[in-house]
Amino acid sequence: MSELVSELDAAGLHTPIEPVDATHGILLYLEEVTVSFDGFKAIDNLSLYIGDGELRCIIGPNGAGKTTMMDIITGKTKPDTGRVFFGQTIDLLKLDEPSIARIGIGRKFQRPTVIEPLTVLENLELAMSGAQRLDRLITARLTGEERDQIHAVLDQIGLTEHGGRLAGILAHGQKQWLEIGMLLMQKPRLLLVDEPVAGMTPAEMERTAELLRSLAGSHSVVVVEHDMGFVRSIADQVTVLHQGRVLAEGRLEDLQVDPMVIEVYLGAGDAYH
Amino acid sequence: MLLPHWLFSDRAGLVLLAVLAVLGVGVPILNLWVPPDHPLYLSAYTVTVLGKYLCYALLAVSIDLVWGYMGILTLGHAAFFALGGYCLGMYLMRQIGARGVYGDPVLPDFMVFLNWSELPWYWHGFDHFGFAMLMVLVIPGLLAFVFGWFAFRSRVSGVYLSIITQALTYALMLAFFRNEMGFGGNNGLTDFKDLLGFSLQADGTRVVLFILSALALAGGYLLCRWLVSTRMGRVLVAIRDSEDRARFLGYRVERVKALVFTLSAMLAGVAGALYVPQVGIINPGEFAPLNSIEAVIWVAVGGRGTLVGAVIGAVLVNYAKTWLTGALPEVWLFALGGLFVTVTVLLPYGLIGLLQRREKAA
Repeated sequence: MSELVSELDAAGLHTPIEPVDATHGILLYLEEVTVSFDGFKAIDNLSLYIGDGELRCIIGPNGAGKTTMMDIITGKTKPDTGRVFFGQTIDLLKLDEPSIARIGIGRKFQRPTVIEPLTVLENLELAMSGAQRLDRLITARLTGEERDQIHAVLDQIGLTEHGGRLAGILAHGQKQWLEIGMLLMQKPRLLLVDEPVAGMTPAEMERTAELLRSLAGSHSVVVVEHDMGFVRSIADQVTVLHQGRVLAEGRLEDLQVDPMVIEVYLGAGDAYH
Repeated sequence: MLLPHWLFSDRAGLVLLAVLAVLGVGVPILNLWVPPDHPLYLSAYTVTVLGKYLCYALLAVSIDLVWGYMGILTLGHAAFFALGGYCLGMYLMRQIGARGVYGDPVLPDFMVFLNWSELPWYWHGFDHFGFAMLMVLVIPGLLAFVFGWFAFRSRVSGVYLSIITQALTYALMLAFFRNEMGFGGNNGLTDFKDLLGFSLQADGTRVVLFILSALALAGGYLLCRWLVSTRMGRVLVAIRDSEDRARFLGYRVERVKALVFTLSAMLAGVAGALYVPQVGIINPGEFAPLNSIEAVIWVAVGGRGTLVGAVIGAVLVNYAKTWLTGALPEVWLFALGGLFVTVTVLLPYGLIGLLQRREKAA
């Protein structure tokens, strides 16, 4: 029987909704993960731990493996070797993308990806946790509780006045916030946020920093970002990736004077300062 | 008015349904109760041509559901149309009974001609109308589901998927051309006599088939309109515009695609089943890749992702085809190609888009 269940798991036909167990204080474990594409090691023996409720920034030059790392966590790419666990018990390598999304890992893409022909409210409803089951696609009516959740998130991302507008006509920054709001509708434990402030005005960046800081604590947040000013404004714990592995980890101030980090990354040009 | 919201707010759809209602009542009157020498008389030929257009329109609606809403450019939908047609054609062949040229009480003429001694197993059951109607839905649906299940699970998409759908219909065409397949080979199924005992040559039967076509189109339209108004419809748009986003929100994109693709194939099958008794023949030519491409052009001309546009496009392009292939047959394919280029370049939202633009400007 248990064999059958695990087979169904592999086929993605049966999604176990078990609560994530982060009793050891760690929410996400990546251990000795390696993945190569045509002989090129995009991720090379990477080990990384994200604490429960932590806000972590990941930096690194282009090609350091940041996006590939997110692909592995969210099930898009399967690594050649290594272990990826969500809490103590959930093996992420056994799940496909939709299952991983449903157990509470939300991912924001680099380019803001909202569904443009739909309204802001419809985008949020689409992302709502529990909305994804096939039988709920046809029959679904929003419950009062779900309506409240949508409006709470709308408030949180500062788009209360734009609920009825089409997502396609929002400003760039608002689209980014909407996408973060869609992740929140999934009731995630872990948020993976890829370059949230690319192309934002300073004021928008400030609001985004506030939003992400407010999410930490109740969620673990992993932010991949190039903008050092922004990184400084949100995270105290920073991981530097280089050639698919962790080069250094620590407070940004310490990293900025680390000669190794300076050589591969920070020293590469003034653009990053 | 006691209309559900999704229909009430769909003005173009209500106009379409009203037009279909007027046609459904008016065409029978003009054919059956107006004397043939009266200027308003519609000949049985005209009734049949109009019925054919409605079948094409239903095929176009089924294509618009998967292309316009879900973003899958299917270049093989005529295969499902033809399969539905063959299912009903098999029933009509069995209805001929001993009235065939060779007078065999069981075997259709082409089987006698091939010296077959008994009916192949897959022809059994098709003498029952109910079974044949069920197969009209099951056969195209099953093929679409199996095809979709494998293609979508392997994450085949975009132009590659379009090419595979094209290959699917081409392969079926080659298969049905073979006499050994038992579907009449090159000639297909024809010489039909009657349907449920009603002569296919009688005006009354033709009028009823026309009314059924109008009802099927209205029903198919309502089903698709309702579906796209549910959360499912918004998921389809999400899959069309950003498949990865939908997947990382937790949607099982492959399953949704396979399901909607199957539903669409069933609608195409119904369209084909209504088409065959009206034109009196079904042969492997219906599987020709060009047929599927033409159907996609209807949708593009009318405006994809609108459902009503698919109906308008199918009727207008086919009207033009009827007229042009009569007046200047050699020009038709050039006109069709030119139409597609024009629509793609100048009217990305088709005729419906043009109307909406006018409305906004006014």
